[in-house]
Amino acid sequence: MRFAVVLAAILLVCGTASAVSAQDPPRAADLEAELVCPVCETTLDQSNALIAERMKLYIRERIAAGDTEEEIKDALVAEFGPGVLATPSKSGFGLLAWLLPLVAVVGGAIVVALLVRAWSRGRAPGAEEEPLDPALERRVDEELARFER
Amino acid sequence: MAAQRAKLVAQGIAIGLVALLFILLVWALVTEEGGDLAKRANDGELPPAPEFTLERLDQEGELTLSSLRGQGVVLNMWASWCIPCKEEAPYLEQVWREHRDRGLVVVGLDAKDFRRDARRFARRFDLTFPLVYDGPGDSIGEWGVTGFPETFVLDRRGRVVRAFVGDVTSDEDKRELRLAIDQALES
Repeated sequence: MRFAVVLAAILLVCGTASAVSAQDPPRAADLEAELVCPVCETTLDQSNALIAERMKLYIRERIAAGDTEEEIKDALVAEFGPGVLATPSKSGFGLLAWLLPLVAVVGGAIVVALLVRAWSRGRAPGAEEEPLDPALERRVDEELARFER
Repeated sequence: MAAQRAKLVAQGIAIGLVALLFILLVWALVTEEGGDLAKRANDGELPPAPEFTLERLDQEGELTLSSLRGQGVVLNMWASWCIPCKEEAPYLEQVWREHRDRGLVVVGLDAKDFRRDARRFARRFDLTFPLVYDGPGDSIGEWGVTGFPETFVLDRRGRVVRAFVGDVTSDEDKRELRLAIDQALES
C-alpha cells in the first residue's frame, strides 16, 4: 500500500514537471547546440562566424516573440535547408539516417549469428574426420606398442 | 569445410566493403568540380559555367543561369553579413548601369544568408540588378566558392572568362573586370 502511494506521488510529480516543461519557452542555449552554422558547419554554440552570430540573434528574437522550438527550427530550415539541423529530422528522408544504423546493427547481428552457427556445425562431434595416412598410422601404432612394453 | 567457406565469405565481404569505400573516395575526389574553376578561367581555358536555377530575391519567380545565354554575365556571389561585399556592392551597381545597354547582366547570388537580410542589403545599396537566393549554398560548391565575395565573368556562350576571388574594389581589379567584360561581350 505504501509502495503504491509513493509510486503515485512520483508519477504525479513527473507528470507535473513534464507538463510544465512542455509550456516553457525554448532555451537559446539548447537550440544553439542543435543547429549548425552554414559557413563553418559546427553547431552555433561553437561558432563565432558572422552568420552564426546573426542566427543566434534571430533565435533570441523568435524566443522573445513566443515561437516554439519547432517553429524556430522550421523557420531556419526554410532559410538554410535541412542541413542546418545538427540531427536529421525524424520524418521523411531524414528518418533514413535514424533507421539505417539500426538496420546495420540488426543485419550485422544476423551475419554474426549465421557465422557462429556455421562454425559450430563444422566442429560438431561425430563430424567426419579425414582418415590418417596408413603409413603414419602404422608408425604411431608401433611407437605406442614400444612405449607400452 | 562449411566454416572455412563462411570465413572466406566474411573476408570477401570485408574486402569488398573496403574496396567500395576506396572507390567512393577516389570518385568523390575526381568528380569534385569547381575547386579549380577560378584558376581554369584565369588560365584562359573558358570552362563552362555550372548551371543553376534559383529563386529570385528582387521579384517573384526563379532565374536559370542558362536563360541568359546570348548576354554577357557578371555573377557576383555575396552575403549580407560579408563585410567586403558591402565595399563592393556600389561598384557592381555602377557596372550594371554602365554596361547593360551593351548586353551585360549583373546577377547577385546571395548564399548562406537570411532572405530578409539580403533584401535589406539590396535596398541599402540601391541594387537594381537581378538577385537570386541560395540559403543552403548548394549551388556555389560547383563554382568552387569557399568565401565571399567572388565574381565570375561569363561570355555570351556561358563560358567563364575571368574569376575574381575576393572583392573587386582596387583600381587594378576594376580595370581587370572591365577588360573581362569587354572580352565577354565580344564573344
